[in-house]
Amino acid sequence: MRWKVMVVVRLKEGLNDPEGRVIGKALKNLGYEVKDFKVPKCFEFELESQNPEKDVEEMCIKLLANPLIHTYEYEIEPAGE
Amino acid sequence: MPKFAVVVFPGTNCDFETVEAIRRAGGEAERVWYKGKLKDFDGVVLPGGFSYADYLRAGAIAARQEIMEEVKELARDGKPVLGICNGFQILTESKLLPGALRPNKTPRFICRWVHLRVEDVGTAFTSLYEPGEVIRMPIAHAEGNYYTEDPGVRVVFRYSDGDGRVTEEANPNGSVFNIAGIANGRGNVLGIMPHPERASDRFLGSEDGLRLFRSMVEFARR
Repeated sequence: MRWKVMVVVRLKEGLNDPEGRVIGKALKNLGYEVKDFKVPKCFEFELESQNPEKDVEEMCIKLLANPLIHTYEYEIEPAGE
Repeated sequence: MPKFAVVVFPGTNCDFETVEAIRRAGGEAERVWYKGKLKDFDGVVLPGGFSYADYLRAGAIAARQEIMEEVKELARDGKPVLGICNGFQILTESKLLPGALRPNKTPRFICRWVHLRVEDVGTAFTSLYEPGEVIRMPIAHAEGNYYTEDPGVRVVFRYSDGDGRVTEEANPNGSVFNIAGIANGRGNVLGIMPHPERASDRFLGSEDGLRLFRSMVEFARR
């Protein structure tokens, strides 16, 4: 069966996100009151699998996230057609 | 004469300079494309650069290539395995060394000379240094901010000032405990963020990096 998957990888709480800091500062300069701006990474793909939860969990641990510095979450839904 | 493989991934650089530095240090060295084999070599160096364009995380994709299984085998056999800059990132991503390298504290590529204090002369790469000696090497990286939660990590080099003081001002990238280089427990796997090959000849500005390669060659000879 085919699935639509979205994985979001975030830096763990308390870890410095320099990219987020710079973008947040640029938004502030444009007049917006943003706080604690972060830049998570998002991966979207389709997956052919009998056990998508297991496969996506493995993909996160093996490559997409580094568990030492990241947390991750994912959404899996049946792909249309 | 010990023979070292210098592994080349798509996007690797500094490979020719590393080969040259090993030869100057008295060893033999050969560039090996990452599809190649490592079994005839006495040690391996993963040089700097931007393997797979640093996509995902620096070193992440290179670390999952088949050749890294052979690098792990060499490491298990006690042979010297050296990762420089992007090579260091590959070694942590492949779990040959603990910790992770994150983007620099200030989100900017930093390219300049730094001072390092040699903390551990008991590794395969530091036997020709003096304990506490201050040396000079250049850094050139965007993701050199070393992070670990393990207080027992084997620190080999720390960023310091010219007098060997480990201060926050001397830390170019935000690394925990000013860490610039670490080794595994056995001391035969070293990751270092600065570039010793770019400090391996007087005309480059320093010869301090050459002793790292000499130590490695001497170790492999034993």
